[in-house]
Amino acid sequence: MNASLALLVRDVRLAWREGGAISVALGFYLVVVAITPFGLGPDLNLLARIAPGMLWVALLLAALLSADRIFHNDYEDGTLDVLTSGPLPLPLVAGIKALAHWITTGVPLALLAPVLGLLLNLPLDAMPLLVLAMLAGTPAVSFIAGIGASLTLGLRRSGLLLALLVLPLYVPILIFGVSTVSAAVVGPGSPWPPFLMLCALSLASIVLAPFAAAAALRTALR
Amino acid sequence: MTRRDASEPLNEANRLYFKRKDPMPSPSSVSLEASAIACERGQRMLFEGLSFALAPGEALLVRGPNGAGKTSLLRQLAGLLPLAAGTLSAPGADDDTPLSELCHYVGHLNAAKSALTVEENLAFWVDFLGDGAVDLDGALGSFGLEDLANLPAGLLSAGQKRKLALSRLFAASRPIWLLDEPSVSLDTAAVKHLDAAIRAHLKGGGIAVVSTHVPLKTKFAHQLTLGLEEAA
Repeated sequence: MNASLALLVRDVRLAWREGGAISVALGFYLVVVAITPFGLGPDLNLLARIAPGMLWVALLLAALLSADRIFHNDYEDGTLDVLTSGPLPLPLVAGIKALAHWITTGVPLALLAPVLGLLLNLPLDAMPLLVLAMLAGTPAVSFIAGIGASLTLGLRRSGLLLALLVLPLYVPILIFGVSTVSAAVVGPGSPWPPFLMLCALSLASIVLAPFAAAAALRTALR
Repeated sequence: MTRRDASEPLNEANRLYFKRKDPMPSPSSVSLEASAIACERGQRMLFEGLSFALAPGEALLVRGPNGAGKTSLLRQLAGLLPLAAGTLSAPGADDDTPLSELCHYVGHLNAAKSALTVEENLAFWVDFLGDGAVDLDGALGSFGLEDLANLPAGLLSAGQKRKLALSRLFAASRPIWLLDEPSVSLDTAAVKHLDAAIRAHLKGGGIAVVSTHVPLKTKFAHQLTLGLEEAA
């Protein structure tokens, strides 16, 4: 097995074994969305209209819950020291770890979203587009979270600082993600232009974010 | 793999050494040179003007009181800390291979994942560090962990975790071993075994830089005592 695949498999397996990451993110997502109707009242039209925005905001928060795990555990137990001496360049290591975060957090959250859409009276015909938009947008969420996680390495209570650092960077994802789904719910216009922007955001962060994360990791290891 | 006899660790380590399928650069040809390196931590100069040259098969013992910079020196050699001055080079190695990829660094932290079993931990290092070129059973047996292979690493004792960290040395073939207090929490037999493993590594042309307070039988060609500059 080659080194990149070994690292990816190990990270996914660890997230699965240690359990916390996936179930806490999914549970948080469920709870946040489920309490929204209690706050807004049973106006089904209103709920349907704000559903795309609610689902995206809750997804970003849920994804951030487990973001500090991307590097933190490996930093604490010395694994990161050894990972830097492997055959992979550090940006690739950072990218693979962010990819593992996407697989273990972004994908499950995106797949849970339609179920939660039902709670918010999201029209059924918007569901496929919702999942598609979230699958396209969550890589950017994980890769940008990787930058935040590497910047806050070694700090106590880094999760809160991480959210402060990273949430503003999520604004473009939020805007294009919501407009993709909203276009299908309330119209007017086609959902595809914002969807393509979402894809572009993800592709750009997959390429650029690992370099930023690697630079921050080098500083953290000193 | 039969159970290891602690009285004959040298032969065992030798056997492991030659069993490796693909030693990256031939270990016998790589040497390690430091010229006038310096280390600065928190605006305090720990050491400067430090030079040494290790030929293949030679070992360096790093000594000094706590805080003298032993760990910092080893981390510099492993490429984890920047040099404040000076240069490090590894003559005889492939030009494309950075120094950090020639080194095995075993520091104070064991880099073991408690949620994974001993075997999975080591299998990851075999795949990640050496692209699976080394036999996993050999690495597992290098410090006698084969009986614990299916135990989650979280259940190991401190000494067993240490053995797991040291087994990483056999997870990929690399010419330079950087060992920072490797004997901490090991029992007497395991220290002997480690000692023999280092000797076997040197015999195969490898290089070892060891910082330890425990007397080892390994013949160190060079000794370096840090932290004496202020006194002198």
